Amino acid sequence: MCLGIPGQIVSITDPEKLLAKVDVSGIKREINIACIVSDGHPVAACVSDWVLVHVGFAMSRIDEEEAARTLQILEELGEVELELDAMKLSVESK
Amino acid sequence: MKFVDEFRDTEKAQTLTKAMHNIANRLATKQSKPLQIMEFCGGHTHTIFRYGIEQMLPDSIEMVHGPGCPVCVLPMGRVDDCVTLAELPNVIFTTFGDAMRVPGSKKSLLQAKADGADIRMTYSPMDALNLARNNPDKDVIFFGLGFETTMPSTALTVLQAEREGVTNFSLFCNHITTVPTIKAVLDSPDMKLDGFLAPGHVAMVIGERPFDFIAKDYHKPIVVTGFEPLDILHSLWMLLQQIEDGRSQVENQYSRIVDPNGNSPALQAISQVFEIREFFEWRGLGSIDHSGVRMKPAYAAFDAEKKFAVPNLKIADPKSCQCGEVVKGVIKPWDCKIFGTKCNPENPMGALMVSSEGACAAYFNNGYSEQKTA
Repeated sequence: MCLGIPGQIVSITDPEKLLAKVDVSGIKREINIACIVSDGHPVAACVSDWVLVHVGFAMSRIDEEEAARTLQILEELGEVELELDAMKLSVESK
Repeated sequence: MKFVDEFRDTEKAQTLTKAMHNIANRLATKQSKPLQIMEFCGGHTHTIFRYGIEQMLPDSIEMVHGPGCPVCVLPMGRVDDCVTLAELPNVIFTTFGDAMRVPGSKKSLLQAKADGADIRMTYSPMDALNLARNNPDKDVIFFGLGFETTMPSTALTVLQAEREGVTNFSLFCNHITTVPTIKAVLDSPDMKLDGFLAPGHVAMVIGERPFDFIAKDYHKPIVVTGFEPLDILHSLWMLLQQIEDGRSQVENQYSRIVDPNGNSPALQAISQVFEIREFFEWRGLGSIDHSGVRMKPAYAAFDAEKKFAVPNLKIADPKSCQCGEVVKGVIKPWDCKIFGTKCNPENPMGALMVSSEGACAAYFNNGYSEQKTA
């Protein structure tokens, strides 16, 4: 019910009604972009935005840097775990 | 798919699982009972079952599947109201597909459709507005349900209808609110939860601050969580770190989507169109103060409750149902006397069996017998 799906805005279809066309995995449909438009991010700037689509509305612009940062944290956690494993092994083998 | 596949990576999932086992081992010396973590949102419940996340967790962590499935908690009386509206002459009743199978006291919307009512499933409330534009001689009603995630979409649709002067469109508003519901769970005397996964898409709309009281007043850690399997595992790891450190804070794992302040155009649309109800009736949980919204009087022309005679009957939950205890983590679904027998996904008696996002249906559909004998 509360799920959303990432899509990329390909064009503005009705700047007055704040409607745009979004591409979700090759499926294109018209969505409402009222929730991602602001003074600092006008309608025209929305083209090529990655957004979270929920029941026909773009609900949030996806922050690529934050997505990368989250994955980076997990990457680093993996490295720490490997190091801990190596340390544990070396202690056990003594 | 971008922003999806990377958050399903097996290697990272294994790393997180291992890191959690390490913390759990350290905690095991200090705790006598398993830690109970509630995922509030039905979307999270869905991910947890789909990816077998419970099987990856240390034994000392127990997931409690919360009440955040709007379809599940819809009271029977409200479904009856929908059927009454849908069976009015000259009405096209529109709804999200999820609500079609929810049983009312006499029939579901699906059965009403089979009986001849003009009921249509729509993906978006905007599609319902389109139907109204294209059928000026019919009254088109949209069944608005869901938490704050979905409220902006129905509010913006009503505002659009007003701007265009589409007078044959109305909303049957059954939206519910997250915070009073979490508070009701926390205030229940048999509550024993140790931490929360906060619903990421609700937070996307309302921001992080409304969850502060859980950390400050109830001293429970809470992490705003996304919907991919790595999101859930990452958040559980963050929660365990808080528990180990003795912290209780609101943290945001879902920073790629959730702005700490929420979404301001969405909040503006919500406050323009909706106002808090004194109370709202939930299936399985009873009446919870301030847990629903209705349309403001200024939008009465678009309010199905004002435009049509809605019976608003109260139908009691079946006595044998123990959904309330399950959502609070007091009992497990299979501990309920009617689980899997009188109550099953084909003939749901209780809220949590209604949708695949409900805890009981999720267990039933994913081989509960293994859990039972485990």
